[in-house]
Amino acid sequence: MRNHITGNEAVVLAAIDAGAKLMFGYPITPATEILEGWIKYANESKKVGYIQTEDEIAAGFCVNGAVLAGKIAFTASAGPGHILLQDSLSMAENMRLPYVAIVMQRGGPSTGTVNFSQQEVNLAAFGGNGDGYRVVYSASSVRELYDLTYKSFQTAWKYRFPTILLGDGYLAKMSTDLAIPRKNKTVSATKIFDTEHPVNLRNCFSTEESFGEYLSDHEAAWRKFAPKIAESEKFFVDESKYLIVAHGLVAAAAKETIVKYGKTDHIGLFRPITLNPFDQVALRDAVVGKKKIFVIESAKNQLSHIVKYALSGLKIEIIEISKPAQGFTSEEIITKIRKHNG
Amino acid sequence: MDKLEPRCRKEAAIPHLFCPGCGHALVLKTLGRVIDDMKIARQTAFGIDIGCSLLAWNFFDINTIQTHHGRTAPVMVGYKMAEPKSVALAYVGDGAAYAIGLQSIIHTALRNEPITMIVVNNENYAMTGGQMSPETETGVITQTSPRGKDMNLGAGLKSPELISSLGNEKAFIARGSVANLVELNKLIKKAIENQTKNNSFSFLEVLSICPTNWRTNAKDSFSRLESMSKYYKTGIISETTKEVN
Repeated sequence: MRNHITGNEAVVLAAIDAGAKLMFGYPITPATEILEGWIKYANESKKVGYIQTEDEIAAGFCVNGAVLAGKIAFTASAGPGHILLQDSLSMAENMRLPYVAIVMQRGGPSTGTVNFSQQEVNLAAFGGNGDGYRVVYSASSVRELYDLTYKSFQTAWKYRFPTILLGDGYLAKMSTDLAIPRKNKTVSATKIFDTEHPVNLRNCFSTEESFGEYLSDHEAAWRKFAPKIAESEKFFVDESKYLIVAHGLVAAAAKETIVKYGKTDHIGLFRPITLNPFDQVALRDAVVGKKKIFVIESAKNQLSHIVKYALSGLKIEIIEISKPAQGFTSEEIITKIRKHNG
Repeated sequence: MDKLEPRCRKEAAIPHLFCPGCGHALVLKTLGRVIDDMKIARQTAFGIDIGCSLLAWNFFDINTIQTHHGRTAPVMVGYKMAEPKSVALAYVGDGAAYAIGLQSIIHTALRNEPITMIVVNNENYAMTGGQMSPETETGVITQTSPRGKDMNLGAGLKSPELISSLGNEKAFIARGSVANLVELNKLIKKAIENQTKNNSFSFLEVLSICPTNWRTNAKDSFSRLESMSKYYKTGIISETTKEVN
């Protein structure tokens, strides 16, 4: 059966298939249809619940409360709402709560543009007042929105790090005629509040040393699990002399560029699927023998900061091509690359 | 365990972490006795805030979560929704409830979320050293109202009355005081029962003392508490007249 489906609808389907039981959200373009779609499903099935909360602050903290009971819960937001989720995300990060947020990026603060952007990478990956122990996926297609939404629940509950899936306004609203193979197994979840053996969870410490000890456990867990979580895709990398690094919808445009001009212009693509943790090992492997790296993004050097850190110590030319909150066409990408390559 | 301590008290956390003479200990022990009497320790989830309430993080041998400032209500709303048979308690101070967290409390009350909120009102931000809160009465000197709280800043916010005005007829809303622990015990019990029996929202403010930041001895602390209760009237403010199915 073929499905005609939008990105936001794909997210709802994946949340249902993952076994999510509760959603807490606030209307915000371009992610609103996730809340609406979930509420529609909740009213039809009566098996799941929701609250349209007073703001995204409450939505995020409701997620933190719900997961304590071992119920898979999530929120979905964008731009100004994503900012407000950071407080609850910081709590989840410091308490290792399996919090899932779907974020459809939009340009700038306030209303900005409600369409498209990749300007929420820093916020998603490093936005809290902790050290960034949160997983950030970036989806590049509607199909991947489904797969990565499902995977976000798996990752959050398996590794107990809050997990954010980044899409954008175009991806959220994009309607594709695409059959999505549905997952038929829900994600397993366990109670954090144990009624037989009560726990006292806190984010308050009397000494720097005791807090440091607590945080070192987080760091150890992150070091252990990050290599298992980090993901990337290579597209015509081995055949290329020049490497594009791009994520999300920009990576989709870059793929199109490579399909058209990859052979003539010797270009390949490295696409990080996780922005945090970043697949550093795979990137360092991919750049071996390359003449130049082009980091292309719809933000001012947010991805490139991650890439430069991942490649530190290597002598390789990195060209940053940034268009904050504006998209790229495949033709524009080849024009910019040719300009740099003379 | 000392027989005066509630059975649900965590023995390893005695003595408590609050300042000597703090009203929180009186409220918490009274709450603990109600939890004992109702035999609900295992099903209770205890949410606390930032500020002095966080010092209760290990007070009870009960599932406890310390949340962020003003965010205890939504955390317990989320928990209760996920675990409907639980008893969800949100325990916060007046700054958390009536300044930074008021928006959430109003909507929690409006939606009749079945949680029980206990707000300890000592008229100041005590953990940060005694700054003015929305509850601070006119003329009272604090660290941020060194000449006494200006009349232009408004009188102390009567929040239970404000929440009562929202028109949630199923809500139990009351104000007690650490000056009368017998009455407080009854109010806490009613506030919990409105959650367990009526599946409805409860809001209990407790007038309390803060000798450290008030710079008062025991006698003067309770004198000021008596004065507070003339402005903030104790008793039941609203309650449902019939059980809700």
